[in-house]
Amino acid sequence: MSSLVLVLVCLPFATALVTWMTPVRFSQYLTIAVAMVTFALTLVLLPRVSHSVVTTGSVFRVDALSQVFLLAVSFLYATTALFVKGYLALGDGASARRYGRRFYAGLNLFCWTLITVPLVNGLALLWVALEITTVISALLVALDDTEGAAEAAWKYVLLASLGLGIALFATIMMYYAGTGVHGASYSLSYSTLLSGAARYDPGVIHFSFVLAVLGYGTKMGLFPVHTWLPDAHSEAPTPVSALLSGALLAVSFYAILRFFQIAVLSVGPTFPRDVLLVFGVATLLLAALYLLSQRDMKRLLAYSSVEHMGILAVGMSFGAPIAVVGVLLQVLAHAAAKGTAFFGVGSVVRKFGTKDMAKIRGGVGALPWSGPMLVLAVLALSAMPPFGIFRSEFDIVYGGLLEPRDVIVAIFVVLVILAFFGLSWFTTETMLSPDPSGTQISGGAVLVAKGEVSNWIVSAMVIGLVALLILGVHPPTPLVHLLDHAAFELRGKP
Amino acid sequence: MAPSTYDGVAAVLALLVLLTEFAMLRAPLLRSQVRLYAFQSFVVTGLATYVAASKHIDELYALASLSLVLKVVIVPSLIVRLLRDADTDLAGSSVLGVASSILIALVVAAFGFFAVGSLHVSSSSLPTSSLAISCAIVLVAFVLIILRSDVVSQAIGFFSLENGVSVASLVVATRLPLIVDIAFLFDLLVAVVVFGVIMRVHHARNATLSTSDFDRLRG
Repeated sequence: MSSLVLVLVCLPFATALVTWMTPVRFSQYLTIAVAMVTFALTLVLLPRVSHSVVTTGSVFRVDALSQVFLLAVSFLYATTALFVKGYLALGDGASARRYGRRFYAGLNLFCWTLITVPLVNGLALLWVALEITTVISALLVALDDTEGAAEAAWKYVLLASLGLGIALFATIMMYYAGTGVHGASYSLSYSTLLSGAARYDPGVIHFSFVLAVLGYGTKMGLFPVHTWLPDAHSEAPTPVSALLSGALLAVSFYAILRFFQIAVLSVGPTFPRDVLLVFGVATLLLAALYLLSQRDMKRLLAYSSVEHMGILAVGMSFGAPIAVVGVLLQVLAHAAAKGTAFFGVGSVVRKFGTKDMAKIRGGVGALPWSGPMLVLAVLALSAMPPFGIFRSEFDIVYGGLLEPRDVIVAIFVVLVILAFFGLSWFTTETMLSPDPSGTQISGGAVLVAKGEVSNWIVSAMVIGLVALLILGVHPPTPLVHLLDHAAFELRGKP
Repeated sequence: MAPSTYDGVAAVLALLVLLTEFAMLRAPLLRSQVRLYAFQSFVVTGLATYVAASKHIDELYALASLSLVLKVVIVPSLIVRLLRDADTDLAGSSVLGVASSILIALVVAAFGFFAVGSLHVSSSSLPTSSLAISCAIVLVAFVLIILRSDVVSQAIGFFSLENGVSVASLVVATRLPLIVDIAFLFDLLVAVVVFGVIMRVHHARNATLSTSDFDRLRG
């Protein structure tokens, strides 16, 4: 099993190197094959880590918690690889070839860093891995070389770097907290930290946890340090937006969960939960309000990501085991739903040549497959049954009522409904309103011929929706065991 | 108990890093900001060497020499080269005047100093006041980034924030695995390249290094 972990780390990296040197046509198929193999290997790892920990040397370590995030990232890697094949329409010129090479190398490198984050052992390596995700994704956001892309990339790289600076401060304080127990020189590996956490200085742990939530929260998109997120998501190439939203935000949340795990052992559950509650509710409120005023399809989905990150934080603050299981299921379901929604938006943008929702009408008529599937993905994001997010948010609300945190649950439900209005109103307006060829359409809408942009996009969306259905209707037993065990790990047992 | 010579020297060096941060707030020329950053990094390197020599921690020598090469020589010269290409000398006008900026920075620094001081963190490698100073450095770096409106000042703000975190790491986590510190330094180098690429794209499009027209994306 430990060699499997090494393969998981090496494969995407080697692919990035190969795609840098090979023609785009070859890179497309290679990326699809490698991404599928990576996802398959993650599935092979699943039953083993549901009950035990797999370590490779002192550098890599996979437990149930990291496996949940590994699943989300590798699933999105596989579907994005399919989507890109249909989405990228490159010409034959030298500049198009150069763009294609950069794009594929960057995409594989980005996925490599995303996969590495949950695999590494310890808070120090975790920080290093997350820092590398920033560097690579900032370059990917700027890849399209437009004015908007430069602005978005600048805001992103500056804010994310500052956030990571604060996160390093948190890591240093955590190291200091451990020196009283483990001696002046020790490694920041999870097993070391978890074994000694109960004896750490509570004052230092309080400080470290708040810094970690602020620092990694910047990358996760928590209020008030979320401002880079809508810009980067809307200006990046659509496949990168899907990965940023479904995978990067998730692995940043993973970093916060690792600090949470140690803090719960050290200072008890009340303080870490309260911190997450404050950030979570504020984030949810902001996202729900902003969702009501968006005109750009990708920004709409970006604010929906902010909303879901708020839900994750609030869900963790409830603390009941079923709420924690719901949070982890939400990570998986959000990756699938947001990926599918971005693929659909990519198809719409390619078809209509604009992201402006005022100019897009009759999307379902123009795109007979990806149009309806985009509507379904948005309904899934709004927690409609029978999709995965319905189940996960149901678990979270149920956990909140068990705790009991009735007032917070009521606020939570109201804000989620508000977000549902924003998301579904604009989507139905663009996708389901009359076809431009009809007589009722007002001026300004773009006229397009009926037909799909690419079957590759359709196939990526079908896989996403099937996954959402499985997660919602009947999650496979090994996955249920995995989520239960990961939730158990988060209760703070070493 | 009177503080030892070691404590005194270390606190003075940490304070010097903070004062340089204040000097950056008032520096009107981009070049002088880069020079101040190089000087600040030099002081941090000096602090690392001093801790290494006094406490006999050999790994810190490696870190100090690497930081000398990267932060004092390579990073500043990369930014200066970028400035030569951009042909811009003046830093973006601050949202506030110099006096108000310094006053705000003083308040923020005092908050950081006393807030961390109240944690009662004790360290065997450096006086605890240095940790409070490092927190003040980080917060003043934030003030610099928020108040200045050009990409170079904002990038320098981030790099100097990193110096503040380095001081913190020297205070409370002297023996933090060396790999993290070295990875951090190389990250800084990569960050300079990324910042450089984005600065160049921005300058090529708008013939300016100001961030004042970064207002297209909102809502």
